[in-house]
Amino acid sequence: MWKTVLRRVLIMIPEVIVLSVLVFLLAKAMPGDPFTGSIGPHTSAAQIHQLKVQAGLYNPWYQQYWNWVVHLFHGNLGTSFQYQEPVTRIIGERAINTVWLALFTMVLTYAIAIPMGLYAGRHQNHIGDNIIRVYTFVTMAIPPFVILLIALWIFGYVLGWAPTTGSVSATASGTMGTVLSRLQHIILPGLVASLTGTVNIVQYLRSEVIDAKHSDYVRTARSKGVPTTNVFRHHILRNSLLPIAAFAGYSITGLLGGSVVTEMIFSYPGMGLLFLNSISYRDYTVITALVLLYGLLNLLGTLLSDIILTAVDPRVRVQ
Amino acid sequence: MSQNQLDNQSSIDKADLEKLSKEAEQEAAPSSLRIVWNEFKADKVALTAAVIIVVFILFVMIASLFINQSQAMSTNIMDSYDKPFSQFILGTDQGGRSVAKELIMGSKNSIGIAIGLTVISSTFGIVFGLVSGYFGGIVDNIMMRFYDFMMMLPILLFIIVVVTIIPSYNAITLTLILSVFYWLGTARLIRARTMSESKKDYVSASKTSGTSTFKIIFREIMPNISSLIIVDTMLSFAENIGVETTLSFLGFGLPNGTPSLGTMISNANDPNNITQYWWTWLIAAIEIIILTISISYVGQVIRRASDASQRLSDD
Repeated sequence: MWKTVLRRVLIMIPEVIVLSVLVFLLAKAMPGDPFTGSIGPHTSAAQIHQLKVQAGLYNPWYQQYWNWVVHLFHGNLGTSFQYQEPVTRIIGERAINTVWLALFTMVLTYAIAIPMGLYAGRHQNHIGDNIIRVYTFVTMAIPPFVILLIALWIFGYVLGWAPTTGSVSATASGTMGTVLSRLQHIILPGLVASLTGTVNIVQYLRSEVIDAKHSDYVRTARSKGVPTTNVFRHHILRNSLLPIAAFAGYSITGLLGGSVVTEMIFSYPGMGLLFLNSISYRDYTVITALVLLYGLLNLLGTLLSDIILTAVDPRVRVQ
Repeated sequence: MSQNQLDNQSSIDKADLEKLSKEAEQEAAPSSLRIVWNEFKADKVALTAAVIIVVFILFVMIASLFINQSQAMSTNIMDSYDKPFSQFILGTDQGGRSVAKELIMGSKNSIGIAIGLTVISSTFGIVFGLVSGYFGGIVDNIMMRFYDFMMMLPILLFIIVVVTIIPSYNAITLTLILSVFYWLGTARLIRARTMSESKKDYVSASKTSGTSTFKIIFREIMPNISSLIIVDTMLSFAENIGVETTLSFLGFGLPNGTPSLGTMISNANDPNNITQYWWTWLIAAIEIIILTISISYVGQVIRRASDASQRLSDD
């Protein structure tokens, strides 16, 4: 087991290196340089040239790359020219919001998907199962941004049940007030975003339960006289839930990718919205840092899923 | 022995042979096209969905020929925010552009890109999956490392950055950029199926008798997984409509002046539009919903038809 995990981590190292090179090259391809925004109208061309030489911008790309990596390990990602602040601080502020939203979405996803999947599998082809199948089908077919937008329109604007922008309202006071206000802002985007995530889990769980119903261990339990409810609650549930646990890592990837769209529609000040804002201001230091961060988080998510899967299911262990 | 000699030697006369082959044809399993058709006949919703898709795409493609894009996209403040069913059938947006015309042009562009993207990315995904699934071993290992790497890229962010960096682009360039990233799902699916297909006896038999690898992969395995390929292509098509419209919605899809369903929906980003002028975005949103649901439903029906245990038309 540990050997597999170690192997999996070793595989990751070249991926990280290639990712960082790719991100670095993208950053180089972006117009502008680190002095964009800080150069006044009176700076002469010679001075700019001097600054560029000092910053090593005329060195070969691999030297620049190495410099960049060294700075990266020191936690120095540069300064945002839009905010005139270190990139790490700006991202840090926004990351909290994204993490809250992602956590909330993930908890909701599982809270909705697990009962649905179990119910659909247990009552296969009954009316409830059919409704759930229509639900998963529709949710999967419609692009998420359309669902999010229509939810915002109906619940945010028409019914006025939820705030339509921001993460915490300015009038919130005290710890309790802040937490409540945060929850109020998170609930609609989190709930709607979680619907997209439920589809895979519901479908997987449903077919797992249907398979398990016909397996030998269930037949044994039944012939021993275990009541149906207990068979489902103890025998089938435990076996079917294990692989679902492994979805957790992958759903990080999905949540991060979706965060750009969700945060934009709900004007929720997280990393996704920061990314879009930085793009429109051409704030390249922030963009580069965010792309790298999203890539690394995706990598960690996949790693987490693989490790859970290995721990749970011995058959998956890499040879 | 030539065909003629064979005929002379057989004791069955011509009339009998014809009768026998006719009987055999009737008893044989129906062709896959026939099965799909039966399935559509048994499921009226699917038939409706298929008709909606075909009629809609044809309508959009033909109607857009009669619309002058630059004229339809030019602003006319006098007609700003006209209500539907007044002067313009579906009203106008802030710039006084006819929503109906914009909808037709936008649908043409969005569907066109989705079709192009589906063709390119599915072809690549299918070939990738077939090759890595058939060869296995070290070839598969290397290809899967590449696949894993692509999987971990933050695709949406990458595309947005690339679109921002390149100075000018059009629908074709955009399709190509998107194709680089959206073949992964297909490749994974085809690879898994090819792996199990390659272990079957007919493949071993073909290998032993010296058939070329190329022929085994593309003339023997590929036809046998064709139903999976068709279903996956249908579902990718629905998904790809979402890909382009999402990007255009965020403002990084088609360039300005080229209408897309996504850009129309992005009218909703203005709080005035989303509450008061619903026709500027809601109609496009509903169109996407109907279109993607119809396409996915047709895909589901074809999947059902290819799996004998799920068919509706058999009972």
